[in-house]
Amino acid sequence: MKKTTLISIAISALVLLTLPQFLRNYGIYLLTYWLVFVLATMGLNLTVGYAGQKSLGHAAFFGIGAYTVAILLKAGISWWIGLPAAAVLCFVVGLILGFPALRVQTIYLAFATLGFNTAVWLLMRNEEWLTGGTFGINNIARPGLPGISLDGNLAYYYFVLGVTVLLSLLLWGLLRSPWGKAFTALRDNPIRAESLGVDIRNYTLLSFAIGAVYAGIAGALFASLVQFIEPAPFAVAASIMMYLMVVVGGPGYFLGPVLGAAVGVVLPEWMRDAPGVADWYLPLFGAAVVVLMVGLPDGLLSLPDRIRDRKAARAASAARAQAAADAAGAAQGAAKTGAM
Amino acid sequence: MAQSLLKVSGLKKAYGAIQAVGGVSFEVMPGEIFGVIGPNGSGKTTLFNSMLGQITPDEGKIELNGEDVTQLGPLELNRRGVGRTFQTLQVFGKMSVRDNLIVAAQEHSGTMLSRIFAPGDSNLGAKADALIDRFRIRHVAHKKAGELSYGQQKLVDIAMAFMSEPDLVLLDEPCAGVNPSLVGGISTLLKDLNHNPQFEKRSSFVVIEHNMDFVMDLCHRIMVMVEGQVMAIGTPAEIRANKQVLDAYLGN
Amino acid sequence: MTDFLQLFFSGLATGSIYALAALGFTLLWQAAGTINFAQGEFVMLPAFMMLAFIGFGAPLMLSFALTALVSVVVLGWAFKRSLVDPLFKFGMMPIVVATIGLSIALRNGLRAGYSAEAHPFPSLFADKLFSIAGVTITLADVGTLVLALLIVSATQAFLSRTVTGRAMQAVAQNTESASVLGINVPRMIFYTFAINAVLACAAALLVTPTYLAKFDMGESLGTKAFFAAIIGGFNNSRGALLGGLIVGVCENLAAAYISPAYKDAVALVIFMVVILFKPQGLMGRKEERKV
Repeated sequence: MKKTTLISIAISALVLLTLPQFLRNYGIYLLTYWLVFVLATMGLNLTVGYAGQKSLGHAAFFGIGAYTVAILLKAGISWWIGLPAAAVLCFVVGLILGFPALRVQTIYLAFATLGFNTAVWLLMRNEEWLTGGTFGINNIARPGLPGISLDGNLAYYYFVLGVTVLLSLLLWGLLRSPWGKAFTALRDNPIRAESLGVDIRNYTLLSFAIGAVYAGIAGALFASLVQFIEPAPFAVAASIMMYLMVVVGGPGYFLGPVLGAAVGVVLPEWMRDAPGVADWYLPLFGAAVVVLMVGLPDGLLSLPDRIRDRKAARAASAARAQAAADAAGAAQGAAKTGAM
Repeated sequence: MAQSLLKVSGLKKAYGAIQAVGGVSFEVMPGEIFGVIGPNGSGKTTLFNSMLGQITPDEGKIELNGEDVTQLGPLELNRRGVGRTFQTLQVFGKMSVRDNLIVAAQEHSGTMLSRIFAPGDSNLGAKADALIDRFRIRHVAHKKAGELSYGQQKLVDIAMAFMSEPDLVLLDEPCAGVNPSLVGGISTLLKDLNHNPQFEKRSSFVVIEHNMDFVMDLCHRIMVMVEGQVMAIGTPAEIRANKQVLDAYLGN
Repeated sequence: MTDFLQLFFSGLATGSIYALAALGFTLLWQAAGTINFAQGEFVMLPAFMMLAFIGFGAPLMLSFALTALVSVVVLGWAFKRSLVDPLFKFGMMPIVVATIGLSIALRNGLRAGYSAEAHPFPSLFADKLFSIAGVTITLADVGTLVLALLIVSATQAFLSRTVTGRAMQAVAQNTESASVLGINVPRMIFYTFAINAVLACAAALLVTPTYLAKFDMGESLGTKAFFAAIIGGFNNSRGALLGGLIVGVCENLAAAYISPAYKDAVALVIFMVVILFKPQGLMGRKEERKV
């Protein structure tokens, strides 16, 4: 691994581990909130950024994860059983959502995922016997660890950090394996990919399923973080925000969700607290998103590539100019000798 | 009689009232380079797409090594050793050239599950490098495929088709849009891959092309299609001497 | 039965307004591959602008004309130049997210910068009631429906019967061929944005009297127009009309016969059902996966 990469990892680890010690309760809470969304949008980045699918219903899986854990807790079942249950349920539902993706393309797939999100949201809202309807579920407990209480915000932050890092490493491993190239092939040219033996059917289904699992686990963590859930954070608007986070961060870049979730979750809060901003934090946020998109359409993490491309282009045109000058000089020289 | 690698019998495909392919039969023997020529609209591309599982023929049979593969799709055909290039360039623009070659063969080893634990290049790095050297694109191998010139991308395209060591490669107008100076190079490459393989297998080709010199020079046998029917099948010399073909296509 | 007819008719009126916004949506998608998540705000802003002109003493129709002009420049030309043109070649994702940001910015910008309250808006139509076969209908409903239908028909006629309109259709179907044929593609695309701006203004003129001008009026309207466009068929302009009317009528009926709480859910439910069985919409054409 490059030295610069190692140093960056070391610094990030240091910051993530020590920063909360300097923050007040709300700051720690916000940081945890950000981590949860990093995890959720990592899943979406796989589906949309790496595999090139359209998914505007990701928040539904977030909600399925949250409600699964919450409902099971209410029934006296441990969080540690609720978590894998949420993961499995999301995997299965994600697979099912992948099937329309096989038959329906681009924008119509986006609509289908919107429809799916809507259906799940309606279920959450109306099935009071199961989900508490609009009243939601409250008093959601934190997971129990032997000897350690996660009730404090700081302790829970470290727990969520651990889970997020672990799952990120797993995803990293997956993307570095041949699966990573298969997903990219699926994204860039599915017809060609199929003619080379890439099973685009299976990879499409799995891109939805795995993405869903990440959102589901994030949802479980979310439920215990906020300790009260109701259908609103899992509606279409939330899916659209998650999509925004992936695109702003940089689809197909592994750390895109880290930046994207920061922009989507942390940035508005910072802006709200900035002096003089007050009610203008939302319109400024919206404007910032527009400017970001026009300036960096491939996302924030595309900046280094862009700079590199521009340097290469400049070097290439400089080389051409030089070559032209040399040729002109040589021709002149030849003309002179010829004329003598 | 040696078994044919590919046997097409009575293939028919109509689009509404238009009979694009109206009863085509031919055989390709192992190790052969088989050319398909004919005017535009003669049904060559429809024939190809049927052979590649992209469309299902109305009638007729396609056999690969004796197995009936008429109903199979592109994925199954590829798994059975059929590769192809496309008429319009189809490389993965955002991946490096080397990665393009790796992904072209990686799905042929192991199962999806086992591939999660395989190394990133599926141990295909050496093979990819060998093909890169053979195709003389070492100097651009590290670049993203989308950044290459058209001719270079064409070479990558062809190389990709060969990575999985297919028995049969279908080449759809490999010279289309390519600088004339490069055509000779492609011809040499293909002959090399056919006669003198680096890998143990000798690949057979079916080539659609309009560049007559290229086809006559490269192919062992040529089939002439006109209006969805086979007009003639023979060696280049036989085709060149065939009066019917000359009148209809090669032009008087 | 008379209740039903009443609800049906006023639902048609509301639905025809959704149809205006939905039509703009589908036009932008077809001609410029743009999904405009800020479409609702494109209706909200003209509403406030008209109020501003009225505040300066201009009569309603003059305010509308002036606003339409400004909208064509700002919501048509400026929107296209600054947002759509630079992002067009990067695919759908950046444009979608940029319009989401735009929507947030416009909606909350108006609230922070002007007013968070609901403002009354003058109606084009006098406060009259008609009674036909025992069914009571307001003049506003009739007027709205007639006017909206006229505008939609006019737009359709423009698109299919004039040279410019047909050129716009050509651009929508196949941009490359269109430019090869000598059609000024950028200008045709601009016309699409301009028409969308005017349609949004018209929607504002017709809807604001009932629902009042408020910074968030675009949210619900935009969502419903979006669903209406999808229900009707996103690649078909006539679908927008059908979708809008269906949503308008069903909403009204649901609010009365089931419960007012379900009014907003209706568009969602219809949308879901249509997506399940006919993802390309009721009048949409199936689009093939391209190589």
